[in-house]
Amino acid sequence: MEAIPKDKFRRVEIDSKEAEKMARPQISYWQDAWRRLKTNKVAILSLIILFLIVIMSIIGPIISGYEYEEVDPKSLNQPPSSEHWFGTDELGRDLFSRVWQAGRVSIIIGITGALISAIVGTIYGGIAAYFGGKVDNIMMRIVEILYSIPYLLVVILVSIVTDSKSLGSMLIALTLTGWCGTARMVRGQMLQIKSQEYIMAAETLGVKPSKIIIRHLIPNVLNVLIVSISFSIPNYIFSESFLSFIGLGIQPPNTSWGALASAAQQKFIFYPYQLFFPGLMIALTMLSFTLLGDGLRDALDPRLRE
Amino acid sequence: MGRYIVKRIIYMLLTLFIITTITFFLMHSIPGDPLAHMAKNLPEQVKANYYKKYGLDQPVIVQYGKFLKNVFTEGNLGESLRYPGRSVTETVLNNSKVSGRVGVQAISLGIVIGITLGIIAALFRNKWPDYLVMFIAILGVTVPSFIIASLLQYTFTVKFQLLPTTGWGDMKHTILPTIALAFSPIATYARYMRSNVLEVINQDYILTAQAKGVGTFSLITKHILRNAILPVITILGPQIAGIFTGSFVIERIFGIPGLGSYYITSINDRDYTMIIGTTVFYAAIFVVAQLVTDILYGIVDPRIRVSNDNE
Amino acid sequence: MEKILEVKDLNISFHTYAGEVKAVRGVSFDLHRGESLAIVGESGCGKTVTAKSIMRLLKEPPAEIKPGSQIIFDGKEDIVKMNRKRLKSFRGADVSMIFQDPMTSLNPTMTVGKQIMETLQIHKGMNKTEAKKEAIELLKIVNIPNPEVRINNYPHQLSGGMRQRVMIAMAISCNPKILIADEPTTALDVTIQAQIMDLLNELKDKFNTAIILITHDLGVVANFADKVQVMYAGEIIERGTREEIFYKSMHPYTWALLNSVPRLDTESKQELYSLGGTPPDLILPLKGCAFSSRCEYAMEICLERKPETTQLSPTHSLCCWLQHPDAPKVNRSEVVRGEING
Repeated sequence: MEAIPKDKFRRVEIDSKEAEKMARPQISYWQDAWRRLKTNKVAILSLIILFLIVIMSIIGPIISGYEYEEVDPKSLNQPPSSEHWFGTDELGRDLFSRVWQAGRVSIIIGITGALISAIVGTIYGGIAAYFGGKVDNIMMRIVEILYSIPYLLVVILVSIVTDSKSLGSMLIALTLTGWCGTARMVRGQMLQIKSQEYIMAAETLGVKPSKIIIRHLIPNVLNVLIVSISFSIPNYIFSESFLSFIGLGIQPPNTSWGALASAAQQKFIFYPYQLFFPGLMIALTMLSFTLLGDGLRDALDPRLRE
Repeated sequence: MGRYIVKRIIYMLLTLFIITTITFFLMHSIPGDPLAHMAKNLPEQVKANYYKKYGLDQPVIVQYGKFLKNVFTEGNLGESLRYPGRSVTETVLNNSKVSGRVGVQAISLGIVIGITLGIIAALFRNKWPDYLVMFIAILGVTVPSFIIASLLQYTFTVKFQLLPTTGWGDMKHTILPTIALAFSPIATYARYMRSNVLEVINQDYILTAQAKGVGTFSLITKHILRNAILPVITILGPQIAGIFTGSFVIERIFGIPGLGSYYITSINDRDYTMIIGTTVFYAAIFVVAQLVTDILYGIVDPRIRVSNDNE
Repeated sequence: MEKILEVKDLNISFHTYAGEVKAVRGVSFDLHRGESLAIVGESGCGKTVTAKSIMRLLKEPPAEIKPGSQIIFDGKEDIVKMNRKRLKSFRGADVSMIFQDPMTSLNPTMTVGKQIMETLQIHKGMNKTEAKKEAIELLKIVNIPNPEVRINNYPHQLSGGMRQRVMIAMAISCNPKILIADEPTTALDVTIQAQIMDLLNELKDKFNTAIILITHDLGVVANFADKVQVMYAGEIIERGTREEIFYKSMHPYTWALLNSVPRLDTESKQELYSLGGTPPDLILPLKGCAFSSRCEYAMEICLERKPETTQLSPTHSLCCWLQHPDAPKVNRSEVVRGEING
């Protein structure tokens, strides 16, 4: 052994707290999730595309120079040109304005539908999970039966009945059973959390049930809820376009992407551009929301936390 | 296991009953005269006769009772309002043969190709086969069927003139519709299978199998696939439902005289008896499909099939 | 007794997004035929990674067995260099492993019998009938009652203890020279724990199988192992026979482990001992002794340089600066409370 100076063998005061210092910086759950999302290029790209689509839906009909209902018998079925960027339809209406006007309707339906079913589903699932026992049992039986009725059938039937084809009645048709999936998911999450001890602690301290639901349970289901909303938006957009396609949706001169596609479909072989633009918009929007949803799910999954 | 099946059957019947009831009452709650389109040119007496014939002069509850009786004892769904004399049941069954053909082809294609692609994607995770399969799958799930169908139609019938645009009769008429309809199940199964395989690969028992010296082929077939495929069976029911609703669109685009396009026509015509009849038929198919799926799952998953009897 | 396993300078790293994690740092040890070795340490100290590397069960990448590492099997082959074909015949036959959680370690969709038969069919080339007979025999050996019935059961139909016995049956089916048990009793009740450990002892004597037991529980080790190795932060910091480790250990970390075992004769008001702090982050390069940040007796030299190995007996060695002649003496019996009956 080589010679080592004797003073090296002096005792050193060890602060065990130093030992617990972690090498990697501590960041909060939401910051970590955002960081992970940022690295997901596909998700960020989707976010940008969606942002652009929304912006265009707002300003599109304004910058085109034409009104979306403006009929021009002299320019029927024109292909895209410098005057009509997307061409015109069978009544001579400018397709550029119509596509973006339709975008407003489709996107609003998508987002509103998703939000309504998210809110209703969360409240329902939350109550079921919180009270548990018989209440939970009955509530979930109802959901199970509603859930087993094929969604599109319900939508079709209700649309036939309400017949007014306004935005409101469409939303009712779309969300009538749409919230069931969310309710089940939220209930499942909450049951998991509820069994954890800090909830029991709050109850023992006498916190009111409503407060417990709002303060503790709901924030912790937020992450799965966000992902779920992001996936259901494209579903609602699709359902709306499906309805319009079979003739039950938005009526002219109002329009949605689905309605545009439906009208264009018959003469599609002759005027492909009439179907192309609304179709592209639907596909792009649904695609972006789905990819964003995938990215959000990966980013918010606490098990993947690094 | 037996109890499980019985429970499922009861659920199925209950759901069917509820759907039928709801549909019936919904249709009858629509304001207006169901025979309005006919009534314009007919004298009062004839109209009254028609009313009597359809039982529309009776209170709704009575009509409901008669309806249920007819359906469950004779399978008689009544007569079309639009085309008097046309039996709903007969029309439904005839047209469903057409839809069924395309539907069965599409779902078979969907399952086989979808599951295979999903397995490939999982085994080659994060390499090019994975990205390719996932790309196709994403498209299939998010791009609406009418767009895919229109694209297919344009490419293969107009641009390349390989297949007939619309119509029905031969094998070649079924090719494009089947492909268009199969896109969605292929995509769904591929995605689902991929995530299941990935989950199974990370399980402890796969490590055990490796530690035993099990070769790659046996590892994949006996250990990974057997476990990964279980949850995939559960989505079979909803997939079949999707095929049927997808058919509404596909049939219209390709001009196929199937149940889907007939359904849409009845909706637009407000042919209520037809609507009720077809809806009940669809609902029956959906719930039976769900039932078959549930039973199938119970058979395949040993945890349900063989009940738990700890020492 | 020949050496069945020689691990020489094993270095294993994991390449992660944050950098290279050095999980195993220069580990060397030997194992003789029929010997039982216990590797003890906290979670994350590298014991499972070491065990898995003996069977090459680590996914490489992201794991990397650094060049220069050697694991010599039976004096002839280097496991690190084995190709896929050899590994297939190696695993389950020459060396086998049982894992911690028997519920998740068995394939839920295959009968227990088929899973045992699988090993026999692969390595011994038996047909179905022969394999089934042998499987029933194996179930008898591991003391499972009613083996003819149990052989057709699925894992979920068996209790935890029985499942672990099935795992053991699978592992010994081809008479391996080494059996690695990674925390085999952690997921089981205490009474079942004792049964399983007895079973392992029985099998060791019967078949002359060397057993490597990985555990964090010294209580389990007390009745079982011939040799004990204590690992910390990827290194072996003390090793010796069972007696030496339990009665003559000289490393502060070993003392801490011994003190953490709850004892029946502890005064009711006495606090249970626990060692403060956490193991170091293995991404960082370690200067000095890895344990120094939590050691009561740490000296300046401990923070600066890695301690050298001191050989206290042919079988007992450790790495600690307290062994240096210039270091202040620490009386072991003042530190380690009582003795654990071995």
